Amino acid sequence: MNRRAVVRSLVLGGAAAVAPACFGPWRRASAAKVVVVGGGYGGATAAKYLRLLSNGTLDVVLIEPAPQFISAPLSNLVVGGLLQLADLTVSYEGLRRRHGVTLIRDRVTSIDAVGRSVSLGAGGSLRYDKLVLSPGIEPMWGAIAGLETAHALGQILPAWTAGPDTTGLHAQLTAMRDGGVFAIVIPETPYRCPPAPYERASLAAAYLQQYKPKSKVLVLDANQDVVAMPGLFKEAWRDLYGGMLEYRNHCKATSVDGATGTVRFEVADDVTADVLNVLPPVRAGALAVQAGLANVNSRWCEVDFLSFESKLAKHIHILGDSIQAAPQMPKSGHMANAHAKVAAAAIVAELQGWPLDPAPMLTNTCYSYVSATEVIHSAAVYGYLAGEGTFKPVPGAGGVSPHREAMEAQFARAWAHNIWADMLG
Amino acid sequence: MWAAPLLLVAAGGAIAAAQTPAELQARSLAASCAACHGTDGNALVSSATPRLAGLDKDTFLREMREFRAGARPATVMQQIAKGFTDAQTEQLAEYFAGQK
Repeated sequence: MNRRAVVRSLVLGGAAAVAPACFGPWRRASAAKVVVVGGGYGGATAAKYLRLLSNGTLDVVLIEPAPQFISAPLSNLVVGGLLQLADLTVSYEGLRRRHGVTLIRDRVTSIDAVGRSVSLGAGGSLRYDKLVLSPGIEPMWGAIAGLETAHALGQILPAWTAGPDTTGLHAQLTAMRDGGVFAIVIPETPYRCPPAPYERASLAAAYLQQYKPKSKVLVLDANQDVVAMPGLFKEAWRDLYGGMLEYRNHCKATSVDGATGTVRFEVADDVTADVLNVLPPVRAGALAVQAGLANVNSRWCEVDFLSFESKLAKHIHILGDSIQAAPQMPKSGHMANAHAKVAAAAIVAELQGWPLDPAPMLTNTCYSYVSATEVIHSAAVYGYLAGEGTFKPVPGAGGVSPHREAMEAQFARAWAHNIWADMLG
Repeated sequence: MWAAPLLLVAAGGAIAAAQTPAELQARSLAASCAACHGTDGNALVSSATPRLAGLDKDTFLREMREFRAGARPATVMQQIAKGFTDAQTEQLAEYFAGQK
């Protein structure tokens, strides 16, 4: 789809919804307005840093339907019974009180990229000078027949965003008989958070080993091999869980039967499990797809990496899991936080009429629990390469843990609490 | 509390102003450390990752050199420190030394 076609579809989307309304009283003539859609790792960080980097001169509005932020990173500890969802929940209030961000608890239903406004679910619309979209991911239910129904019935809970499904999946584990099978089914990359399914398998095994030691964990992976930190995960599985955990590759799910707990694959034999945790393939959040911004395989949004502005629509910046990532750039909360800061600085610079930083940097650290007490990590630093128009890992930097360690668990918790404060505090 | 669109509240706290393109760039570079070390280097008090705000410039530079050389015990920083050039490291040292 070329830019003109997208703009046309965006205009139609806007016109079909609501005529632009005016929120006159709070629009100061002097201040440019940035509307941020989505209060996850990308959007919340963007809202805060737009205020910080503009020294409070930009009007920043954050639109998010959830009453509070709940972190997906660390949510596998809830699945494994080591934390409560409340431990991963943070108020949005700090953004308003400490940083002067206007919070609107709602959904955006459509975008008018030409008129520069977004329509709200509750009615009315908001004008923007710059729009930041951080819509997260949307499951591609259609890729696995029967999954959407099984999810609606509460039989299969992907739990790929943190919330009721996360506690529900833990409840399924606690209700499982000793000697039962927990099977996790992993889609082909790219998907949100490469190490997360393997971390979940590890923590499910740790839980079952303690409480239901006759049980089995099956890791059924559509990929050729463990996608993230394969050596470290496999070593931990071998050392800690022995015959209890079995890994199988080339298991691409095609359909499920929620009533019997059966999953069918393209090639591999059917598997029936007592608790079936099927992760569907994902794509950019629904709003980005609906707005025609997901131009790569109808899944991901292509951006200019100097500013994270959409390659299809001016003044719309897209962050986090929704973007077509740069080479070796994972879809992670830490990356979304890093995207947001580069985008915020670029927006501030552009609105001031300054040149953009020609050499922005990104960092990423992903911690994964392999047991209740031991953690591994993968870290990288990315620099922007002007000649190639993309970020690439800085050669010689980054890497993974030499071995799993209890000390890394302290850093994993520190990472979580510091990044939540960096986004929302 | 979620506010209906009303008047904006001015940002409070000691916030360094990004007044020039160079200052914006420096602050943006330093923000790449913030996920682990806190906004502007203000890590949480109980955090296992150290606070960088107010760290003496020479100390910052020496520690980053030691991380890069593998001469300082670390889990992550020996991998991250190698990702920044000498000029960027100098800029970071200056920025964090200037934070309260």
